Amino acid sequence: MLTINNLHVAIDGKEILRGLNLNVNAGEVHAIMGPNGSGKSTLAQVLAGREGYQITAGSAYYMEQDLLAMTTEQRARDGVFLAFQYPVEIPGVSIALFLKTALNTIRKQRGLPELDAIDFLNLMRNKMQQLDMDESFLSRAVNDGFSGGEKKRNEILQMTVLEPKLLILDETDSGLDIDALKLVADSVNSMRNPNRAIILVTHYQRLLDYIVPDLVHVLLQGRIIKSGGAALARELEKHGYGWVEAESTSRQVA
Amino acid sequence: MSTATKQLDELIGREYQHGFYSPLQTDSVPRGLSEDTIRLISAKKNEPEFMLDWRLKAYQHWLTMAEPRWANLHHPPIDYQDIFYYSAPKSEKDGPHSLTDIDPELLRTYEKLGIPLKEQEVLAGVAVDAVFDSVSVATTFKEKLAELGIIFCPFSEAVHKHPDLIQQYLGTVVPYTDNFYASLNSATFSDGSFCYIPPDVRCPMELSTYFRINAKNTGQFERTLIIADENAYVSYLEGCTAPMRDENQLHAAVVELIALEGARIKYATVQNWYPGDKQGRGGIYNFVTKRGDCRGNNSHISWTQVETGSAITWKYPSVILRGDNAIGEFYSVALTNYFQQADTGTKMIHIGRNTKSTVLSKGISAGHGQNSYRGLIKVLPSAENARNYTQCDSLLLGDKCGAHTFPYIEVKNPSAKVEHEASTSRIGEDQLFYCTQRGISTEDAVSMIVSGFCKAVFQELPMEFAVEAQKLLGVSLEGSTG
Ligand SMILES: Nc1ncnc2c1ncn2[C@@H]1O[C@H](COP(=O)(O)OP(=O)(O)O)[C@@H](O)[C@H]1O
Ligand SMILES: [Mg+2]
Repeated sequence: MLTINNLHVAIDGKEILRGLNLNVNAGEVHAIMGPNGSGKSTLAQVLAGREGYQITAGSAYYMEQDLLAMTTEQRARDGVFLAFQYPVEIPGVSIALFLKTALNTIRKQRGLPELDAIDFLNLMRNKMQQLDMDESFLSRAVNDGFSGGEKKRNEILQMTVLEPKLLILDETDSGLDIDALKLVADSVNSMRNPNRAIILVTHYQRLLDYIVPDLVHVLLQGRIIKSGGAALARELEKHGYGWVEAESTSRQVA
Repeated sequence: MSTATKQLDELIGREYQHGFYSPLQTDSVPRGLSEDTIRLISAKKNEPEFMLDWRLKAYQHWLTMAEPRWANLHHPPIDYQDIFYYSAPKSEKDGPHSLTDIDPELLRTYEKLGIPLKEQEVLAGVAVDAVFDSVSVATTFKEKLAELGIIFCPFSEAVHKHPDLIQQYLGTVVPYTDNFYASLNSATFSDGSFCYIPPDVRCPMELSTYFRINAKNTGQFERTLIIADENAYVSYLEGCTAPMRDENQLHAAVVELIALEGARIKYATVQNWYPGDKQGRGGIYNFVTKRGDCRGNNSHISWTQVETGSAITWKYPSVILRGDNAIGEFYSVALTNYFQQADTGTKMIHIGRNTKSTVLSKGISAGHGQNSYRGLIKVLPSAENARNYTQCDSLLLGDKCGAHTFPYIEVKNPSAKVEHEASTSRIGEDQLFYCTQRGISTEDAVSMIVSGFCKAVFQELPMEFAVEAQKLLGVSLEGSTG
């Protein structure tokens, strides 16, 4: 589904991603772990199409399309979804209006009829219930005055409504209490299917207790330096990132 | 420049939709201003003596005045002798008496503008008075309103049919000495709308005036006078458009509102005069004096404006809170794009006890637009327990535009509570990215963010108008060429 080859990305001339390779197949859940500043969010944002990054080398293919050549909205309409680490506030724009606009744009792209207000409301009620969110949420302005946890839940709500194919979750677990974390994990797990792929960006093992990944990658200084199964996350938890770092440098030396 | 910013730039580089010119036969007085011009205008309208006298006094006073220089506006000097002060669509008879008398070309013009003048087509619940260049061409639903004792007619007609009301109220809120443009208007105004709501009558429909400048080099100087007698209620809408022209055209209107005891007037404007082109050529100079007088106790006046047009807007719809417990409100959205400049705001003058005012101003600047909020809150010694709340927000699109705030507060009574809040924000690339990441087009995202920013003001507009205003803002930013 997603193939990243030797990706180099810089911000203002400073290289952040330095030759990143990643292959994600439909049906898989990948966790990308790494300390703060290792380039996890940069990767997530570049995949989603954020401006302001210089892609100096490499390629990324998404479902046989040159992902990096697509506009942001085209990627979204084709099923790329990013749950933001820091969702931005849009004062005066209700979640209902925002999400209805997004959903109907995406449905149009998929050749589906637009949902009217009533169908939309029914859909929302259903999805919000799963996340234990009150209906009054719909009339609140997007992320405006939301607590950290509410913002994250709102991201997941949008994800379940828009039904994307490639789900990228950037630190969705941070700021969530344990109950909220479980709800979010349930929602994400309910979306797992053979046609979808999920990339979980996190620097804690905690989330992976609830969403068990097929593969875990360690990102350090803009490169994936180690990959492994779900067990790798527990090793990391035990030994810290320094352990992988030491291991990889010693391997390089050897 | 990033794609998002580039798209934003394209979006805000929209075309003006109402820029067509209607080839109509016109009747105008010679270019320039003198006592003779004024006598000629007055004669064309067959005005009574008192009206001509008032105009001449205004003219004499105007000669002693200079243009105000304090606004944050820049324009080349205006040659007041190069303007036509009167232009009217020529009609066979003295003037249109009913819709069948109206030049079909003119009806088509209004149809193009989306303002149907044929009564059977008129939006349910809106009576329209259309002012084309200098004269009022059609007033709909007049008879129906007359049954309730409501007078809604062209100003020139009111001068003839209701001279007592005109003499009693004209110039009592905005005297002919008030300011340069108001004096000019008092001397030369050609028409406008007049409205009187008798005591205890609630006007059952929205009253609406539509202004259009068509003829070249013509100034439009209309005058509106609205009186709500004791415990009366009226909601009034005003809209305006003009053709695209390379030269600037002057619009200097005066609106006076009078609310007697217990009366309520809501006045809403959607101003969409031609803003000039992308290089800043042409466009309307909009120098307008609007003021309401809460003359009676418990009276209430609100101004709501959505200003998207004009090359220059100089406009401060104000309320004099004379009666005890009077309420004054000002809700404004002002958008400047291209090289548009707006210096707009309000004055709330608290005189009566327990008077309250609310000011909510939303300025949006795009392109090279410059947007200034200028507001005065004045509490006189007599205004025991006066309250004001002012909130003034600016939104910037792009990095070549500007937003400025000039709040003036004068409090002469220690019991007053005056609050002012201000904010400036930019449509960030992060907001646009958030929207486009959800599949929403940049175009829809911008208009959604801008509408969200204006929401609190749109809520004050009558329903049909809110939709119009939202569309207009959308169009203003979407580059739709219609
Ligand atoms: N907009 C930016 N401008 C300059 N440097 C940035 C910017 N965004 C991120 N960086 C830098 O890039 C590196 C990686 O950041 P990020 O991708 O956010 O890491 P992570 O998500 O793994 O914590 C950090 O050194 C950070 O300081
Ligand atoms: Mg991060």
